[in-house]
Amino acid sequence: MTGASALAASVVFAGHALAQDLMGQPTPGAIDLQPAASELKHHAIWFHNVILLPIITAITLLVLGLLIWIVVRYNKKANPVPAKFSHNTTVEIIWTLVPVLILMVIAIFSFRLLFHYNDMPKPYMTVKATGYQWYWGYEYPDQKISEIVSLPLTKEQADAKKVPYLLAADNAMVVPVGQVVRVQVTGADVIHAFALPAFGLKTDAIPGRLNETWFKSDRTGVFYGQCSELCGVDHAAMPIEIQVVTQAQFDAWVKSKTAPPAPVAAPAEAAPAAATPAATPAAAPASAPAAAPAAPAA
Amino acid sequence: MAHAADIDHHDGHDADHKPPFFARWFFSTNHKDIGTLYILFAIMAGIVGGALSGLIRWELMEPGIQVFSDTGLLAQLGVFQGKHGYNAVVTAHALIMIFFMVMPAMIGGFGNWFVPIMIGAPDMAFPRMNNISFWLLVAAWIVLCVSMFVDGGPGMGFGGGWTIYPPLSTIGHKGPAMDLAILSLHLAGASSILGAINFITTIFNMRAPGMTLHRMPLFAWSVLITAFLLLLSLPVLAGAITMLLTDRNFGTHFFDPAAGGDPVMFQHLFWFFGHPEVYILILPGFGIISHIVSTFSKKPVFGYLAMAYAMVAIGFVGFVVWAHHMYTVGMSINLRAYFVAATMIIAVPTGVKIFSWIATMWGGSLDFKTPMLWAIGFIFLFTVGGVTGVVLSNAGIDYSLHDTYYVVAHFHYVLSLGAVFAIFAGFYYWFEKMWGVKYNEFLGATHFWIMFIGVNLIFFPQHFLGLQGMPRRYIDYPDAFALWNYVSSVGYMITVVGVGVFMLVLIEAAIRRRKAEANPWGEGATTLEWTLSSPPPFHQFSEPPVIKADDHH
Repeated sequence: MTGASALAASVVFAGHALAQDLMGQPTPGAIDLQPAASELKHHAIWFHNVILLPIITAITLLVLGLLIWIVVRYNKKANPVPAKFSHNTTVEIIWTLVPVLILMVIAIFSFRLLFHYNDMPKPYMTVKATGYQWYWGYEYPDQKISEIVSLPLTKEQADAKKVPYLLAADNAMVVPVGQVVRVQVTGADVIHAFALPAFGLKTDAIPGRLNETWFKSDRTGVFYGQCSELCGVDHAAMPIEIQVVTQAQFDAWVKSKTAPPAPVAAPAEAAPAAATPAATPAAAPASAPAAAPAAPAA
Repeated sequence: MAHAADIDHHDGHDADHKPPFFARWFFSTNHKDIGTLYILFAIMAGIVGGALSGLIRWELMEPGIQVFSDTGLLAQLGVFQGKHGYNAVVTAHALIMIFFMVMPAMIGGFGNWFVPIMIGAPDMAFPRMNNISFWLLVAAWIVLCVSMFVDGGPGMGFGGGWTIYPPLSTIGHKGPAMDLAILSLHLAGASSILGAINFITTIFNMRAPGMTLHRMPLFAWSVLITAFLLLLSLPVLAGAITMLLTDRNFGTHFFDPAAGGDPVMFQHLFWFFGHPEVYILILPGFGIISHIVSTFSKKPVFGYLAMAYAMVAIGFVGFVVWAHHMYTVGMSINLRAYFVAATMIIAVPTGVKIFSWIATMWGGSLDFKTPMLWAIGFIFLFTVGGVTGVVLSNAGIDYSLHDTYYVVAHFHYVLSLGAVFAIFAGFYYWFEKMWGVKYNEFLGATHFWIMFIGVNLIFFPQHFLGLQGMPRRYIDYPDAFALWNYVSSVGYMITVVGVGVFMLVLIEAAIRRRKAEANPWGEGATTLEWTLSSPPPFHQFSEPPVIKADDHH
């Protein structure tokens, strides 16, 4: 059974993964949030791991503990004669007020995070992401780069490039590191959702609306997301790939996109890690995109 | 809670006047017969819905597309072909489980059977309307089944999810399958609204002398609140899907942005119905669990009034939290902040219920009969589903978890494990009362333990998938998600064995036919149904019982 062997392989991998989750993509067997590459996601992970997870674990264990105690102590052998009480105002007030207090504590951090998401710093640039059935298009109004179509790779293409299937796209959204990027999101036909776990992003791409979100990547690398609103037949096959590059690489990439004739030789030296000119996907050396995903893991 | 030890029995007097078979089961106006029809219907729909989820878990067991491939088994059979077929199965699974399994079992089945008995009434207020409610549901079911096998646009059936968001449900599915699905929802909605009117009228007008609202058993309370939720929320759904229908067929543009409409408007309307709907699914379960916990602890329900009004509070607040399903659609910050706060508030009355169940057991003399196993299982699993709900209520976290398997795990913990466990608890609790024969305790307990392990194995790992970012409604996924999907599918296989044991329970009871007792549970069972024979006479309480004040609450 391939499933069983996959399971075995994954279990081995899982033990390893607990120690070090992959950056920018899901880790086999992992059980936690994807590691953060942006400030917002750092805050979200802190909120989840430090506030929410301990609280909900404690509540669940409390309920479980009480149930186990009841099963042990108050089964009919241990306690043949039942008590008859049905009221205790004090405990009723306690179990109403204590949850209120706990929720208020959660709410403080929750609102802080929510407003943090909402308060976008002055953006360095804007990318307009448009969801189509079934691919994404990225437009750079500031750089005057018209829409770049980002198509999913087939299984064979992904394997050949050694990039994860259903996560990697042929053309990534390329942005500079350490800069606030505003993403405007809309849908061309039906509703899609622009999602990128490592940055904590999820914004619906709705026809007739221009939604907005933002991120500031704190490192270079390749980050993957997936369409997150059911959009029809190929919903599972419209990946989102963001390549975060240095400012110099970004500038060079912009140049390669805006310079009228795009010479085949130029990108190889100008932007080794990131650039894959749309005009020449086949001609671009396989080494450039293949090398990129390996980098962020470190 | 009210008990009625001093009620006269009139079994001999009102000797059964059962009509002949066809009249009895097709023109039925008897609340118990209609309840039985609903329960049989729900079991049938549950098997269909469960089989569909089997296709989903089979497909997701390994990365790649196997079951729904263009050349796979289903394609050869000519049903649910290809990737669209997968979406259609996901959609049908949800619609069937919600509208044709949980609601008929809880409200139509147990509600019809036991609400009139518990309040000391001879039948429902509108017996013939009760019949219409049931047969409208059958009609809705047939229409939905037809919808699965006609052209949807991208393929057979509608594949836009049970949330039927436009534009995917308008321009994305041009075929008649979606129109049939809308018609099915209309019929099911009409059925539920009629049922809700019936329950409200019955409970308000037909309580036995002395059965004040504050002496009414909690299951009757839960059905009363549920009926109000149905009555107030379903018309909104009906309006929304009618607009969808006219958008699709008659050139209106309610949800078409190109002509000034707004797709998000549909989401608001849908979730104004959809969120109360999830409480509709679980509230009767709350009532059932209260009875079972009290019965098998041999103790009255702890904090009866708090339990009743906690459900009222949950029902009320349930109407003002709908947009927590929509944090990502681009609502204003104030709106999002409001829905975060309002949603969290629901945790308070829910906590009151959980702790009151525990307090009911505290100091009791617990008998772990099969219904009690399901009830304790329910309390724990509902807690797990509840706390992940608190996590999801935070918009800031929801941006990472929205539309991922974390959400799938959450709502299956409260519904697939919560509501379904409550249904099984009620089914075993009232088994003798309804069918007049005993079930086998060993088989019942075996059913519980296998299901408990199975469903946890299915859904707990889905939290991990969601945290890692796996989106829901995906036919295929990156290799990194393989492990927990595999475990989840193994859990499904175990659950199927559990369902098999459930079938054995039914068959064994039907063959052995051990005669039922009027009250198999002893002193803990205090509500009126236990004062009647098992099964109860065809018409009960032709002279209403008198309920005296007691010190149980």
